[in-house]
Amino acid sequence: MSPTLQLFLIVSAALFCIGLLAALSRRHAIFILIGIEMMLAGANLNFIAFWRFSSEPHQPTGVMIAIFSIAIAAAEAAVGLALVISVYRHYRTTNVDQLDQLKG
Amino acid sequence: MNSGIVTNLWLIPAIPLAASLAILSLANSRRKSAAALAVIGQVAALTLSIVAFLPTLETPGFRASQNFTWFTFGEQPLRIGWVLDPLAAAMLLMIALVGLCIFVFSVGYMADDKNFTRFFAYLSFFSGAMLGVVIANSLLLLFVFWELVGLASYLLIGFWIERPSAAAAAKKAFITTRIGDMGFFLGILWLYGHSGTLLFYDHGSGCLESAGLAMLGTSATFIALLIFCGAVGKSGQFPLHVWLPDAMEGPTPVSALIHAATMVAAGVFLVARVYPLFSLGAINGVTPSLTVVVWIGVTTALMAALIAIAQADIKRILAYSTVSQLGLMMVSLGVGGVAAGIMHLLAHGFFKALLFLGAGSVIHGCHHEQDIRKMGSLRRLMPATFLTYAVGMMALSGVPLFFSGGWTKEEILHATAHWPKSQVPYYLILAGVILTALYMTRQIIYVFFGKPRAASEHAHESPRVMTMPLIALAFCAIFFTVVLTPAWPWLHAYLTGDPALHFDSGRLIQPVFFVSLVLVTAGIGLGVLMYRRAGLQNQHRPAKTDPLEYAQPTLFHFLENKMWLDELYDRTVVAFAVVSSRVSDWMDRYFWDGLVRAFGGLGQLLGIFTTDLDERGISAGVDETTIGTRRIGRVVSGWHSGQIQTYLGAVAIGMLALLLLYAWLA
Repeated sequence: MSPTLQLFLIVSAALFCIGLLAALSRRHAIFILIGIEMMLAGANLNFIAFWRFSSEPHQPTGVMIAIFSIAIAAAEAAVGLALVISVYRHYRTTNVDQLDQLKG
Repeated sequence: MNSGIVTNLWLIPAIPLAASLAILSLANSRRKSAAALAVIGQVAALTLSIVAFLPTLETPGFRASQNFTWFTFGEQPLRIGWVLDPLAAAMLLMIALVGLCIFVFSVGYMADDKNFTRFFAYLSFFSGAMLGVVIANSLLLLFVFWELVGLASYLLIGFWIERPSAAAAAKKAFITTRIGDMGFFLGILWLYGHSGTLLFYDHGSGCLESAGLAMLGTSATFIALLIFCGAVGKSGQFPLHVWLPDAMEGPTPVSALIHAATMVAAGVFLVARVYPLFSLGAINGVTPSLTVVVWIGVTTALMAALIAIAQADIKRILAYSTVSQLGLMMVSLGVGGVAAGIMHLLAHGFFKALLFLGAGSVIHGCHHEQDIRKMGSLRRLMPATFLTYAVGMMALSGVPLFFSGGWTKEEILHATAHWPKSQVPYYLILAGVILTALYMTRQIIYVFFGKPRAASEHAHESPRVMTMPLIALAFCAIFFTVVLTPAWPWLHAYLTGDPALHFDSGRLIQPVFFVSLVLVTAGIGLGVLMYRRAGLQNQHRPAKTDPLEYAQPTLFHFLENKMWLDELYDRTVVAFAVVSSRVSDWMDRYFWDGLVRAFGGLGQLLGIFTTDLDERGISAGVDETTIGTRRIGRVVSGWHSGQIQTYLGAVAIGMLALLLLYAWLA
């Protein structure tokens, strides 16, 4: 049996949900960042799948968008890690439960 | 083209005025510099007056004026200027000369006064202003100096400001003359409205020249009478004479200079200056305005002479005498004897200044006692004063032949006798001449004859700085006669602009000479008869009682109290002013103030209403809104846990909800 679009969509939705769960439940900032990366990976997979099963698979549009998306995700991860380091230096912790300075 | 002196005539008043300013800037202790400055200023003014006098001698009826534009309003230029003619030149000489004598006298008289410098500043100021009155060629300029003269008079009457009576007298003088000046000013406006110029002489277009007079028509009578109001106030004519006797509160040199010789004569001068206005349209030399002048003059002359008989203050007697003589001058002007009136003015300036300075010397010698009943026998103690005073007295009484007053009085009698309208003024003036001789004899007897009384026991002769001016003025009073006699009426010709007459001793004795001689002899004889025992006690009469008081107590009290005129004014004019000010005070307090208060109350009510609206309506609404906002804010801020994962969860739930919504809609 050849892989169908539904299979890819299920895998990408699963990746997204796992990433979301990680971002919401983990207490360590680094893990939250990892969760977010997973969500982005799910989204990229979605793109590629829709492109591969579209009417014009020989045009490289989907790949281009995915590559851009990965580049942006990398930049975002760099910013996120820098923030984490900065937060750690200031508060001596990376536990997001304790970082509640934005409390109203 | 005008000669140099005419162009620079303004220097004559300017120099004393500048001296006055300079003296004012001196410290109070620099007495010598102050006196020197004042006297030097006066000498300079006298020198220039003599220089100005010379060209007027050359041609009969000489007249030169210098006019310039002061400022322009709209299309109308306002022009002022000065004029030199026999009238102005003669007045300049008299004022400068008498002024100089009085300045020198004041150095002695005021020697002990603590405000010596201020006194000389005021005197110089007065002198400058008075000289300005004389040379003004514009009614407006004349009015300006006229008021400055009034101000100087006010300042000098009230010079001893710490005396309440002096302050009151100064106010009375200022306010009374102001009443006359009001009329004068209206006259100026009226004249300007009709003729469009206030210049007297302006090469044919001035208001006193034929072209200007032609524009006036019948209104000239009213204008002349309004201007005469000013003269009445300044020259102490009835009914505005009341200030002049009170003005004697000032220092005696002031009385001599301002209230005898010069300023009070300014009214007579004014009438003479604008005489063409008075005589416009004259029929046989009589106009309605001149008739008014005559009757006012006669009333004043006779009334003041009567009052003078019953006065006890040496200066007050002279003051009433001045009023009386001014009345005489007015009569002379009114009946057409302009030259006679001005001649009497000039002669009077000399001998009345002499009499006042003599009185000042007496007062000085008697330690500031002014009551003649307390003096006596001063002829032995103060010989120089007595001799000069006697000269003045005879000149004033009009003793003929040797004394200037006699000749000028004859001239006036002569002019009055030929007045076509009525003979009554003539006979009243004859009575006035007798009265003048009578009250002067009375004064001389009281002061210089008889036995010494309280004030004269320790009297002493005045210092030379005071007697020298007396002697100078006495010489003036006698030698002035030379140019007055009918034998050689040089001054008369000079003033009227006739060609000079030749000497003719045949004209010396005129019929009126005998009339005058008889009257004066009668007056003096009556005086000697009545008062030879005055101040002495006899079995019927206590020493203090005046012989006239003894004989006619009612009449005497009537005259002693100045015919109750002050009281009459108190009850009428002053009372009216008081009542009207009470009424306006009441109106102010209760009517106008009430109106203002009512408006205020209305505003207050409106204020209360709007305050209520503000507090209960608008303010409460705003308050409720803020309270609500804050409550909501508190609740919402509670949702901000600061937990980033909570927010993230909320975002996820929101996204899920959107997805579900989308699915449901699709």
